[in-house]
Amino acid sequence: MLAYATRRVLATIPVILIVALFVFSLLYIAPGDPAAIIAGDQATPDDVERIRASLGLDRPFVIRFVDWLWSVLQGDLGNSIFTNLPVSHMIQQRIEPTLSLMALTLTLSLSFAIPMGVIAAWKHGTWIDRLVMMTAVFGFSTPVFVIGYLLAFVFALKLDWLPVQGFTSISHGLLPFLRNLILPAVALGLVYMALIARITRATMLDVLSQDYVRTAKAKGVGQRGILFLHALKNAAVPIVTIVGIGFAALIGGAVVTESVFAIPGLGRLTVDAILRRDYPVIQGVVLLFSCVYVVVNLIVDLLYTLFDPRIRY
Amino acid sequence: MSATSIEPGSFTEAPRLPDVLPPAKERGKIMGFVHRHPTIVIGGALVGIMVLIALLAPLLGTKDPTALAPSRRTREPSATYWFGTDMLGRDVYSRVLYGSQVSLLVGFSVAAIAAVVGTALGLVAGFMRGVDAVVMRFMDGLMSIPPILLAIALMALTRASVKNVIIAISIAEFPRVCRLVRGVVLSLREQPYVEAAIASGTRTHVIIWKHILPNTLAPLMVQATFICASAMIAEATLSFIGAGTPPIIPSWGNIMAEGRALWQVKPYIVFFPAIFLSITVLAVNLLGDGLRDALDPRLAKRL
Repeated sequence: MLAYATRRVLATIPVILIVALFVFSLLYIAPGDPAAIIAGDQATPDDVERIRASLGLDRPFVIRFVDWLWSVLQGDLGNSIFTNLPVSHMIQQRIEPTLSLMALTLTLSLSFAIPMGVIAAWKHGTWIDRLVMMTAVFGFSTPVFVIGYLLAFVFALKLDWLPVQGFTSISHGLLPFLRNLILPAVALGLVYMALIARITRATMLDVLSQDYVRTAKAKGVGQRGILFLHALKNAAVPIVTIVGIGFAALIGGAVVTESVFAIPGLGRLTVDAILRRDYPVIQGVVLLFSCVYVVVNLIVDLLYTLFDPRIRY
Repeated sequence: MSATSIEPGSFTEAPRLPDVLPPAKERGKIMGFVHRHPTIVIGGALVGIMVLIALLAPLLGTKDPTALAPSRRTREPSATYWFGTDMLGRDVYSRVLYGSQVSLLVGFSVAAIAAVVGTALGLVAGFMRGVDAVVMRFMDGLMSIPPILLAIALMALTRASVKNVIIAISIAEFPRVCRLVRGVVLSLREQPYVEAAIASGTRTHVIIWKHILPNTLAPLMVQATFICASAMIAEATLSFIGAGTPPIIPSWGNIMAEGRALWQVKPYIVFFPAIFLSITVLAVNLLGDGLRDALDPRLAKRL
């Protein structure tokens, strides 16, 4: 177990290094002068010169990369070109709403999608199964912001049950926090739910046809016991895999959802940074989100051993 | 008497058997296909309709989608303005119809580019052991960046144009194809007929062309369909947050981005492109689901 964990942790280091190299070199892949790109269209030659000096463009690429990586490891992501504040500081200010949104979305998605998938597999071929599968296909196909507007239109504008936009920190109480965040979380979670429900149903169908399920049935284990103890545990590996892979959709969707619901989080920071071409901020956010994605999938890999002790490679 | 011995004289021509399965009539064939693969038919038909709408947009009662008419701003949907007008007086119906051109162009182009580039790299990785590790680590790195975020970062570097949107989304999507093709190649290499071909000295490009490529076609088609769907969502997303198609070109994402400021009072500006986008993506996804079920019965049982 420990050897496996160590190997998995070590294996993520090259991946993160490649991501870092990519994020760093983004500026240099683009045609043209990186200093001019950062400075934007309205920059004076002085601005370009100043940025060129601050980037250290006169030094070799590898040395600049190592320098940059070293300061990133120390938590220094550079300064925003627009506000001149440290990027790490800007990220800290904006991280709470995004974390809250993702945590709520993850909780909602898992607690709805897995039972839905289990029930669909149990009632395989019936209208319940078909309903779940149809909902999943629709959930797949509707972009996050479309669902977001639809939900906001129905529940906030027409029915007036929930606030249209905004964010309230959990420190102001759980209810206001949830009232603001429930619509964004449902909108963001629909794609994720569809993914998880589909894979849950598929693997449960596989597992339910196994011999040990029949044995469990024969020795009198109840329906619920079979579904949630025997079968679900054995179906867990593909499910946690898709939870990990689908996390990318969650991150991408969060950027858009925050725009729709005016949530002042990292997604809004990203969108603002793009519109201002604030490149250090974009680099910082992309690097952070990618590392989160890599770490989530590392956790998934480690969970495998918990669900399936046979995995030892 | 042994069962195999036949007396010389008894050897007569076998009676012509009646056709047990008479050739199905054309209509029966079509209905049979519809019955067996309803998702392919529904998805395919919807995609076909969307393609027709995109191609025939100028003929479908549309006006110039960029024509401004300040005196007729934000009209509700009516007989003259089927989908209403936006805050600059432009006809939303015309804009939505012309918007389908951008969406489909981006979807199909990204699917094609990602399929070709991904297949080429996947074949290289699968066949050249030395290159494999390098290419796949690079793909792992690319795939660790959430696709939308990668496309956003790339778009932030370049000028907004449909071409750049296509390139950015293709870069975000092709590693998935590369990994898929490499996987197929690695499993095919173990197959006796490929080993036999290698052992008998068949040249590599012949093996790739005759033995490997035909076998990657089915999973590749399914993957390309799903990439087409996610590329259309990605284009709309990029345009929606202002990092995609230039605002002057009517695309569904752009129409929604412009309608956003007014959506609480004039929700129709946002909802018409949203409905079109969702239906198109749904159609492509249905087609992909259907193709997967038809081409890979093993997966069909599972998903």
